[in-house]
Amino acid sequence: MIPAQFDYLAPTTVEEALAALGEHGDDAKILAGGQSLLPVLRMRLNAPEVVIDLGKIDSLRGIRDDGDAIVIGAMTQHSVVEHDPLVEEHAGLIHQAVEHLADVQIRHRGTFGGALAHADPAGDLGAPALALGAQFVIQGPGGTRTVEADDFFVDLFETAIGEDEILVAVRVPKHTGWGSCYEKFVRVAHQWPIVAVAATVKMEGGTIAEARIGLTNMGNTALRARASEAALVGQPATEEGVAAAAALAAEGTHPPSDLNGESAYRKHLATVLVRRAVLNAAGA
Amino acid sequence: MTRINLTVDGDKVADDVEPRMLLVQYLREKLGKTGTVIGCDTSNCGACTVHLDGTSVKSCNVLAVQADGAEVTTIEGLAQDGELHQVQESFRECHGLQCGFCTPGMIMQSIDLLKNNPKPSEQEIRVGLEGNLCRCTGYHNIVKSVQHAAAQGGAQ
Repeated sequence: MIPAQFDYLAPTTVEEALAALGEHGDDAKILAGGQSLLPVLRMRLNAPEVVIDLGKIDSLRGIRDDGDAIVIGAMTQHSVVEHDPLVEEHAGLIHQAVEHLADVQIRHRGTFGGALAHADPAGDLGAPALALGAQFVIQGPGGTRTVEADDFFVDLFETAIGEDEILVAVRVPKHTGWGSCYEKFVRVAHQWPIVAVAATVKMEGGTIAEARIGLTNMGNTALRARASEAALVGQPATEEGVAAAAALAAEGTHPPSDLNGESAYRKHLATVLVRRAVLNAAGA
Repeated sequence: MTRINLTVDGDKVADDVEPRMLLVQYLREKLGKTGTVIGCDTSNCGACTVHLDGTSVKSCNVLAVQADGAEVTTIEGLAQDGELHQVQESFRECHGLQCGFCTPGMIMQSIDLLKNNPKPSEQEIRVGLEGNLCRCTGYHNIVKSVQHAAAQGGAQ
């Protein structure tokens, strides 16, 4: 199938893009890498009158060191993030999640900011962004504001980005030296995870000093496994030490039931994957 | 209509296209490059894989207007002076196909894989071709073909 007709705009600056968004409002859709949007347009699940392509705005691409954080431009392709040494050193969890996101061709086109702004609860980047406490830099007609990861994901495919705003960058606080693991459970390679767990831990000796855990596809948004995070502090990185905390992984979640599994099955998966992810992240 | 200028298989082309036209449609319907096929229409199968500015993409998941200013290489642009590309030659040598429908995409993705990893392990080949489906399940010889191409000097 082919998309319904639309007008196409390709601004070369963020200001031009914001002006176009202001003019067309609800009728417009932002095109980043297009790896989620184009299937939606082709299946005619959405038919915007105007598509605003950010592909020609060079300032939205690239990854830079910003002291205590790294800054990833919203239009940076997944394959660039995947091979970036700064990301690997300071945000290992994102490195791991991106390595197994979709497939090579999709990673060449799809963008870091596009995937996060799309806010698919089964997407691979929401959980790592939550676990690492990412900050979302959003630009609108009135200037730029920063939204914390915990406030960014609002509901299914819905974020804190306003209708007249664009996500321009994501600041990821450095977690240098933290262990990390993205455990993804899929039935078929390159598909969306049935459940995935993003875990990053700070070790002191053989003990977990701090743990941050994000859950993928366990509800309408990516979620934190806060009960497990709290219970892990001070535990030894052993099967016994981690098991009790991992058993709390699904606390407070309402995962969906679909062809891939019932809600209760997902809750069980979350506990198993949190245990594996934390042990791997801790190097146990 | 939107004006686009791009290079396809070494030739400069310019056209007015509807913004909704997919790159694969443009290649097939406007340029007659039917070597690039449409397999699934859902971006899963990878049969339509081409190179856009040197990296592999699924051309059913790119708009023609997004390729404005870019360089596109299709399966039809690989052979030079009547000589098959090494990866094409290896797929022929190892019979890396059954019905052949997935072959253009498999070859284009294999070239991308070998460019980034000239000596891949069997597992790395399987992971690197994750986005390309063979409905005949002929993966065994496809993997052998990529190993053969790697041994022969690969992606060039």
